[in-house]
Amino acid sequence: MPAHAKERPRGDAGSHCMRICARAWSPALSRFQSASIFGPCDTVHANQLREPVADSIASVEPTRRDFLYIATGAAAAVGAAGLAWPFVSSLAPDADTVAAGAPVELDLTPIAPGQIVKVFWRGKLIFVRHRTEEEIKAAQDVNLATLKDPQPDSARVKEGHAQWLVVYGNCTHLGCVPLGQQGEFKGWFCPCHGSVFDTSGRIRQGPAPINLPIPPYTFVSDTKIRIGEGATA
Amino acid sequence: MKKIACLALVFAGLAGAAHAAGETPVPPQLNWSWQGPFGTYDRAQLQRGFKVYREVCQACHNIKYVRFRNLSEPGGPEFSAAQVRALAAEYKIKDGPNDSGEMFERPGRPADAFPWTFPNEQAAAAANGGKAPPDLSLMVKARTYERGFPWFILDALRQYSENGADYLTALLTGYEDPPQGVEVPAGGYYNKYYPGHIIAMPKPLSDGQVEYPKGPNGQPVVPETVAQYAKDVTAFLAWAAEPHLEARKRLGFIVIAFLLLLTGLMYFTKKKVWADVGGEIEDRPVTTFKGPG
Amino acid sequence: MSKHATTYVPKSAFAKWFESRLPIVGLIHSSFVAFPVPRNLNYWWTFGGVLFFMLVMQIITGVVLAMHYTPNANLAFDSVERIMRDVNYGWLLRYLHANGASMFFVAVYIHIFRNFYYGSYKAPREVLFILGIIIFLLMMATAFMGYVLPWGQMSFWGATVITNLFSAVPIIGDTIVSLLWGGYSVGNPTLNRFFSLHYLLPFMIFGVVILHVWALHVPGNNNPTGIEMKSGKDAVPFHPYMTVKDGFSLVLFLIFFAWWVFYMPNYLGHADNYIPANPSVTPSHIVPEWYFLPFYAILRAVPDKLGGVVAMVAAILIWALVPWLDTSKVRSAVYRPLYRQFFWVWFAVCILLGWLGSKPAEGGYVIAARIATIYYFAHFLIILPLLGLFERPQRMPGSIVESVLGRGAAAPVPAGATAAPQTQG
Repeated sequence: MPAHAKERPRGDAGSHCMRICARAWSPALSRFQSASIFGPCDTVHANQLREPVADSIASVEPTRRDFLYIATGAAAAVGAAGLAWPFVSSLAPDADTVAAGAPVELDLTPIAPGQIVKVFWRGKLIFVRHRTEEEIKAAQDVNLATLKDPQPDSARVKEGHAQWLVVYGNCTHLGCVPLGQQGEFKGWFCPCHGSVFDTSGRIRQGPAPINLPIPPYTFVSDTKIRIGEGATA
Repeated sequence: MKKIACLALVFAGLAGAAHAAGETPVPPQLNWSWQGPFGTYDRAQLQRGFKVYREVCQACHNIKYVRFRNLSEPGGPEFSAAQVRALAAEYKIKDGPNDSGEMFERPGRPADAFPWTFPNEQAAAAANGGKAPPDLSLMVKARTYERGFPWFILDALRQYSENGADYLTALLTGYEDPPQGVEVPAGGYYNKYYPGHIIAMPKPLSDGQVEYPKGPNGQPVVPETVAQYAKDVTAFLAWAAEPHLEARKRLGFIVIAFLLLLTGLMYFTKKKVWADVGGEIEDRPVTTFKGPG
Repeated sequence: MSKHATTYVPKSAFAKWFESRLPIVGLIHSSFVAFPVPRNLNYWWTFGGVLFFMLVMQIITGVVLAMHYTPNANLAFDSVERIMRDVNYGWLLRYLHANGASMFFVAVYIHIFRNFYYGSYKAPREVLFILGIIIFLLMMATAFMGYVLPWGQMSFWGATVITNLFSAVPIIGDTIVSLLWGGYSVGNPTLNRFFSLHYLLPFMIFGVVILHVWALHVPGNNNPTGIEMKSGKDAVPFHPYMTVKDGFSLVLFLIFFAWWVFYMPNYLGHADNYIPANPSVTPSHIVPEWYFLPFYAILRAVPDKLGGVVAMVAAILIWALVPWLDTSKVRSAVYRPLYRQFFWVWFAVCILLGWLGSKPAEGGYVIAARIATIYYFAHFLIILPLLGLFERPQRMPGSIVESVLGRGAAAPVPAGATAAPQTQG
């Protein structure tokens, strides 16, 4: 075996590539930022290969070829989208969380007039307020035209149970919990950004856009409500 | 069918031979409705299996990962939602603490998990001779038997993965009198399929023990025998261990069909692309090159 | 020179503006579009692409699974069952991840055997090869720690056995083990740190993969002939030729992958891992996942505790010396008639070791494992150095193009041969 062959495997004795590579290499490294870090060996240039070929492609049945490429690309895109779906879907509430949203019952007898009780349904805070006569009157005697989100008080309580107001307990602005019996209307006052709600849970002042929403609930008896009845999973 | 029967015979033969030698016999391979690429659970079988579970196994075991609501979900026994609500309400669920700080019991709801007869592992062990009856939610996936070389390659090709179910059915039907000279200690029972043969669980099933739904002629649709009970309760437990099996196999078919289509498209695209440079070299390179060196 | 550093020419004004500030598009273009690759790469060369896909797949499924998993010894098993039962498509994500690990190893073993067959480790690709070994070691560590996370019986006892290997280290062994455990046995602290590391290591793998690709793009690809590219006729640009070939291969691999995920998702795992971890009962037959079996067999073949660990680690680290242990002037086994046979013997020994690793360590199995282990090391330490001295390589073509087109040709292929190529389909 000749000594010079020791450096390279046989069949590569000319080592043409390596020499060119070595030349191309050092400038490429010195131009580290602007050039390629992965491909300094430009012995064989892709463009040298492609240009003569490119001409012949154009002349040979471009439509069938294009159709094939588009079909393959589209199928691959559909596959990628299909693959993405389970990942996105898995982020939605899982079956256990949805099932735990079963209705909760609340006994109203221990709640004194003027008192607000907090309960949770599906992890969401709900206020149950036993309103006094004055509070009901204040809620009813409002000129609806002056409201930001006009809604009569009668639409926010169950018929015959005007003393019970059941609303979600998070401010419709950015979700803080408003403080009860506070603010100008003695309904709720949100400490975060100053939204003021009246005794019907309607927005009266401040940045909140809408009234406190009403969760789905029914009266099982005069002293018992069921929150979440009839809600869709 | 004939082939399977033959195979079963061979296995039975092997099992017999192995048994005689004091080894643990290989459980016979049964036909399960959910095996193979298009397999699905048999709803009626799962419902019967649940009945066996409730009336027999539940006295000691639990299926804590199964929720009542699962019983009405697609791909399972598919009881109606109303049936499941009524069923759940028959169980007492420990809840609390309430406003006065006390734990209390309330009727079960579909969202609840199955409660265990025993308050905890220690109580279960104390009541069962020192060993707590294991939870059965995953039993079908948690048991298997060795298939060894070269079976494991063939099994992968024909999708045989019902080892656990075969073993469980064999175990439930494998109680027999100990052979001559085998000493069964107190609190133990002889089972030919249990590794080591001495099992702490007494023979749980006997013929006619569980009443099955009757057909139009007043006779049960399937026989009320130990063999049938064992298969049905195994099927129920197979579902309990793998509740999304049907969805999995259905999606698998779509995925593989799609991938085959994409394979075809990729193949022709690749051919077209490589045609530009005279085609792909798909053979091994020439090893005996005859040009001048 | 500088004109050829990259062939990417930004077209729009924005692209020009951007490229002059961060030339990343040019970098990608020269690395994965215009990059010249030998035109004769066969399908064994497509597994690099498959591996990259699998790495990304494992990271994505892993990140989403981590959103649902609870790394606590009391809750881990239950949280995995919750993923399997309640999380939307949770069963799919977990089965993709668990079987994905196996598929990752299938692909990496093919990649490694290809490297040995075609002599890709030889100069000037030694660093590329050693980076690959580092990736493989990181993969093994990641896979092992991932298997611990479901906190089943095999998780727990696998963790116990593997961490105890470190107790073989003289003097500081026990200290290392208690540092690994964070206690006096495998427990909650162990699970927590394994989860943390299992999340971290794939990103380290990703980093080393970038170095691996970088080191590949300096000398360029080896190829089945083992002869370096000499002219434009020997090469094709990476895109579209290799992208489409890798893509085709990947789709076939995905069918194989889907077979396991959808039809036999628990086949490659252990039934015992569906039993919650129980520190008072060891499963009767404890074996690692299939991809560790050959190394596990080597571990058990040595009758000494420290010796076994050393042999097992050496079985992989010895690869790093192969570029120097192999004395042959010829790269590819295609032109090495003897090496070709010894390669397949060694391959068979690796498979045999894998099988022995799954068998109980007793009787004839131990003897067979010892013989196989000795052969495994002899292959590298004795056979490879001697083969280079005594083997008479077959005559090789002058260039890649000749090997491709010159079947039976009487003279070197003239320039412009590509203009009249042999029709291959």
